Amino acid sequence: MAGGAAPGGSVQSETYREARLWLLLPAWVTLGLLTLAPLMIMLVYSFLTKEFRGGVIWEFSLGAYDQFFFDRGLFGDDAPKIEWTYIGIFWRSIWQAGVATILSLLIGFPTAYFIATRPQRQRALWVFLVTIPYWVNLLIRTVSMKFLLRDEGPLNDGLMALGVISEPLGIVNTNLAVQLGLFYSYLPFMVLPIYAAVERYNFALSEAAADLYAPRWTVLRRVLLPAVKPGIVAGCILVFVPSLGSFLAPDLLGGAKNFMIGSLIEEQFKGNAGNWPFGAAASMILLSMVLILLIFSARQSQKGGA
Amino acid sequence: MPQDREIAIDVRDAVKRYGTFAALKRISLTIRDNEFFTLLGPSGCGKTTLLRMIAGFEDVTEGAIYLYGEALDTLPPYKRPVNTVFQNYALFPHMNVLENVGFGLEMLGKSKAEARARAGEALEMVQLSQFASRKPSQLSGGQQQRVALARALAPRPRVLLLDEPLSALDLKLRKSMQVELKHLQRETGITFIFVTHDQEEALTMSDRIAVMSEGELQQLGEAREIYERPRNVFVADFIGDTNLMEVTVDKVSGGRAQCHLGGGHSLTCDAVDGVEAGARVHMSLRPERLFLSAQPAEPGSLPGTVRETIYIGTDIATIVDLEDGPQFTVRSSNSTRGNARVFEPGQNVAVNMETGAARLLAD
Repeated sequence: MAGGAAPGGSVQSETYREARLWLLLPAWVTLGLLTLAPLMIMLVYSFLTKEFRGGVIWEFSLGAYDQFFFDRGLFGDDAPKIEWTYIGIFWRSIWQAGVATILSLLIGFPTAYFIATRPQRQRALWVFLVTIPYWVNLLIRTVSMKFLLRDEGPLNDGLMALGVISEPLGIVNTNLAVQLGLFYSYLPFMVLPIYAAVERYNFALSEAAADLYAPRWTVLRRVLLPAVKPGIVAGCILVFVPSLGSFLAPDLLGGAKNFMIGSLIEEQFKGNAGNWPFGAAASMILLSMVLILLIFSARQSQKGGA
Repeated sequence: MPQDREIAIDVRDAVKRYGTFAALKRISLTIRDNEFFTLLGPSGCGKTTLLRMIAGFEDVTEGAIYLYGEALDTLPPYKRPVNTVFQNYALFPHMNVLENVGFGLEMLGKSKAEARARAGEALEMVQLSQFASRKPSQLSGGQQQRVALARALAPRPRVLLLDEPLSALDLKLRKSMQVELKHLQRETGITFIFVTHDQEEALTMSDRIAVMSEGELQQLGEAREIYERPRNVFVADFIGDTNLMEVTVDKVSGGRAQCHLGGGHSLTCDAVDGVEAGARVHMSLRPERLFLSAQPAEPGSLPGTVRETIYIGTDIATIVDLEDGPQFTVRSSNSTRGNARVFEPGQNVAVNMETGAARLLAD
């Protein structure tokens, strides 16, 4: 009978299905415990009432979100007014992270291209060199950056010795310092995915474009960039997202004026002055922003890939 | 072939060195206008290097290349009026077929409408109009190949360079593309420079063939000339099957050379320049120019024993051991019209040769 083989086949696939459940279990546990559970805690805490010395009172409240967006409160007697302080901090964070991302792309793309076009054996060495700074703690790297940029530091000393400037630039405690700090912190995240994409790129395509009368910049714009776009998008996300939530660089390099969302959140959970629900709410808002960005870029790269 | 025809490509003493390695050792050749010209040789012989130098992807270490009388020098690839069909097609994956084919026209500054129209024409020429909006990844290998061809032809280059474009196709498709390419060349009147390591492909399509080996030009001529009058051992061995053996020249007189080979068998053939009595030289005997007959051997034929008969389909190959001498392969057409007899292993036979079948070769 032709059906004879079918029961045997389905028994086998049932066994397989059962085995697969067990094999997937570690992944589910990891995801659940390390990703979903903390997120749920944050989400729940953002809707609770604050306790003044840190911690929460188990009572539902929209107070945290209200505080983030509105002055005087949505539930008060007066007409609600938008509170710009936190939105402003948010906006500055996006701006700082955006500039850092663009800086990383401008430096990271040529770097990645350079590495990917070295002879095969040299590439591993170059990639290794790019990752070396990661052996040093981020805090120490950020402090070192401050040392480099400060008025009595090597950058200003050097430029003055060369006669380029006559007075220190005063970079520390400006937006630029934060941008440079973020750029330096996350540059390898830009270089590595672009490198991976360029390494896979078929350079015959560049030759074909040049053969068809395209000058160098046109080859770059019309053929190379579209081909390595997934790498560029990945690099931008990997730099932009951690920059957005970063608090070390703004704290150490930006001073109090150049507060970013990461510092705002950090402060809510530090010492006795904190406001846990507010910190949780700010985190959730940040998370939503990042999610929207990721969905948007996934759509974009899908369009490019089809 | 008219000698006064315009010269499309003039390669003068071109040398290409990578460090100390010489990929091309001083090559000079001219390619005529409207010619199907083939660079033929085994991998590493420098044929692709020469093609890439014409395209502008490699610079010329020494010497010069002229395109219709104009020195190409350091002209970048995008300023040379030549287009290339790449070995693995190199179609732009993010553009559809029509955009791929129209790319060159667009870069030449043609209007969008004109680029589209001419790209459409080029697609029609390779019978792919219905695939205009597909992405290259949605096409078969043969179709991609034709898109690459249309893309390179669309800007109407003066010279089309083809870098082993058929090597990734299966045999049947390759054969039909050979005919189609030849046809396209006639139709467009564009000079084709075709690179291949497949000697049969080269013989089928080319007006003229340059046989290359180890960075040197071995022989340049029409297909028939190269096949029937190979100049040296390399060419005789590389093009087609042949019985290649060492012979000793006994006597040279009246343009004929009398030679003998192992076992004392002697035969006569056309002399070549510089061959004198007493010399040890190579001789090429094409298997299809030999035929077998029953013994006793007639004067001028060589006696031997059949070792094996191989059925090839179109042909039958018979391997014959000469008495105390070398082994010969004899090919006869598998046709009932011919009077070729099929011999069994162990039978005594005589190997006869048509006039001109044996050729002495320079080394």
